[in-house]
Amino acid sequence: MQIFHHSTNTISRVSIYGAVFILALLGGVLYAIELSPIYTRVNEAREQPVPFSHKHHAGELGIDCRYCHTTVEKSSFAGLPPTQTCMTCHSQIWTNAPMLEPVRASYRDDKSIAWTRVNALPDFVYFDHSIHVSKGIGCTTCHGQVGEMPLTWKANTLYMSWCLDCHRQPEKYVREKSKVFDPGYVTPANQMELGARLVKEYKIHSLTDCSTCHR
Amino acid sequence: MDPEGSQTPIESTSAHPIIEPGYTLGTVTDKISSIVLGRGTSKGWIFGFAIAFSLLMLLNFTVGYLLIKGVGIWGINIPVGWGFAIVNFVWWIGIGHAGTLISAILLLLRQQWRTSINRFAEAMTLFAVACAGMFPLLHMGRPWLFFWLMPYPNPMWLWPQFRSPLVWDVFAVSTYATVSLLFWFVGLVPDLATLRDRARNRAAKVVYGILAMGWRGSAVHWSRYETASILLAGLATPLVVSVHTVVSFDFSVAQVAGWHTTIFPPYFVAGAIYSGFAMVMTLAIPIRKFYNLEDFITMRHLGNMAKVMLATGLIVAYGYMMETFMAFYSGNPFDRFLIINRMTGPYAFFYWLLIACNIVIPQIMWLRSVRNNVAILFVISLIVNVGMWLERFVIVVISLHRDFLPSSWGMYYPTRWDWATYVGTIGLFLTLLFLFIRFLPVISIYEMRSLVEETDEEKPKK
Repeated sequence: MQIFHHSTNTISRVSIYGAVFILALLGGVLYAIELSPIYTRVNEAREQPVPFSHKHHAGELGIDCRYCHTTVEKSSFAGLPPTQTCMTCHSQIWTNAPMLEPVRASYRDDKSIAWTRVNALPDFVYFDHSIHVSKGIGCTTCHGQVGEMPLTWKANTLYMSWCLDCHRQPEKYVREKSKVFDPGYVTPANQMELGARLVKEYKIHSLTDCSTCHR
Repeated sequence: MDPEGSQTPIESTSAHPIIEPGYTLGTVTDKISSIVLGRGTSKGWIFGFAIAFSLLMLLNFTVGYLLIKGVGIWGINIPVGWGFAIVNFVWWIGIGHAGTLISAILLLLRQQWRTSINRFAEAMTLFAVACAGMFPLLHMGRPWLFFWLMPYPNPMWLWPQFRSPLVWDVFAVSTYATVSLLFWFVGLVPDLATLRDRARNRAAKVVYGILAMGWRGSAVHWSRYETASILLAGLATPLVVSVHTVVSFDFSVAQVAGWHTTIFPPYFVAGAIYSGFAMVMTLAIPIRKFYNLEDFITMRHLGNMAKVMLATGLIVAYGYMMETFMAFYSGNPFDRFLIINRMTGPYAFFYWLLIACNIVIPQIMWLRSVRNNVAILFVISLIVNVGMWLERFVIVVISLHRDFLPSSWGMYYPTRWDWATYVGTIGLFLTLLFLFIRFLPVISIYEMRSLVEETDEEKPKK
């Protein structure tokens, strides 16, 4: 007596040979998801308690990055401005704008505004803003064209591959120190030439030891 | 090479045959397949399985707790960071080696006495590798990231450290597991077809039918089968030597005194085969007793295994001697201190117990009367299992607990979780083994049939 229908032959062959391709495809799909904004949230504008616009402040008004992110040149953390910084202007202008009510409330009640963090590195990564800024890595290299962001989004994945891309070849990204805080900086055509010169001039080392970042 | 040619001298030199006379092709098949298909489930099996399964549940519990709390529940700390996990890993992986040796090397050498023990020795290999593989993964601390050990495209742009023997280990062990599984399964196919044809209930027919992969026993099938077996045996043969060599590199590539020696690879391989044969014996003796397989697993098999154990045991003894000799001959003060610490330090008891279990006691197997005594052989096989476990304990713990700097010296005490994990993997091993005995033929049916055929030609049936 036949236990199996004769189509079993075809099914078993297809499933045995197919298994390899199905597994490979599955791996590929997972990898693609890991790299895609679905997972990384790159280019996704994030809701904030106050719809703060970098486009307006940094781009149109031309306020320097360091006016708010005060510690970026001295410390590992660039610094989030206290409400007092907002109030230096907003105690004078747009004083009754309903959009700014949470800012005034924060100032009245002496309670920080709970911003949603957009660019966050894991805790096991040692990262220092000051060294990057003082060696000619511009704000926009990592954070994107902040001056054009109505609500802020993450411009890069912050994956280790992304860090290593620059750490292995800093000349691809380094710029003149005077242009570090330029929100509208455009990479010049002779970047590789300029980069090679600046790497030498700024004594930039290609640091790729594990312990450079994982201390 | 002509199988008949090697058959005759082997038969004539030993008092015991490799299969008791009086069997025909039909009765061999009946006897082996009835363990799976006939009788129903015996009380003894249920009892044994219940014990094994409760130990497996203990493993589930400890691993679950480990995943929640982390490796801190074990006794490991600096300086002894390796502890039971690595001891058990090396022990289990070593046990597997006998299965591969029996199925691959003895197949290529046409040693026909391997026939009746190779199937469960291979199963033992697989189950032992399964137990072994758990330990390094659990020891990593974050086992869910185990795939970081494999080189694959990833957004970290990070590959494993190929200069580290721990990475070689990943490849050695995973290759070993894959080849062993394939070898075992390919060997099972004709027997699965036999079970499919003999099964009476529908579910068994379907399951064995799927596993038999459409085997009809045609001449083409057999010819391809033979080619595949020889090819897989050829692939598996270097693994007998390579896997434990790479495992020994985990130690010998490091600079720790007591680890950094060139004798490690051969002495680890010999130790692996030693412990493996001990485990085959530990399993074979009860199986042949409970399932009345004394006619198939004869005193000839037990005697041969005892001889292999004697030989490999002596190689291991030579390894211990050389370690001690080189420590003094090299003039390295750290090596010398290590040996003295081994023999007289806080763990000296375990070292001398190891010498007793591995070197002294097994020597009584030189006596023919001992090799013919099943009970004593069983006890010796257990002692060697313990001894080989102690060997790994001595290597891992004693070398680590006295570092180069006296300020970093410490002691290692296993916790109840260490013990529970270890005993738990024995539960896993036994559970798999009980399931294997119940659902698959423990002895290769078709190979026994061909053995009956060959012996029949020489000695007319009684």
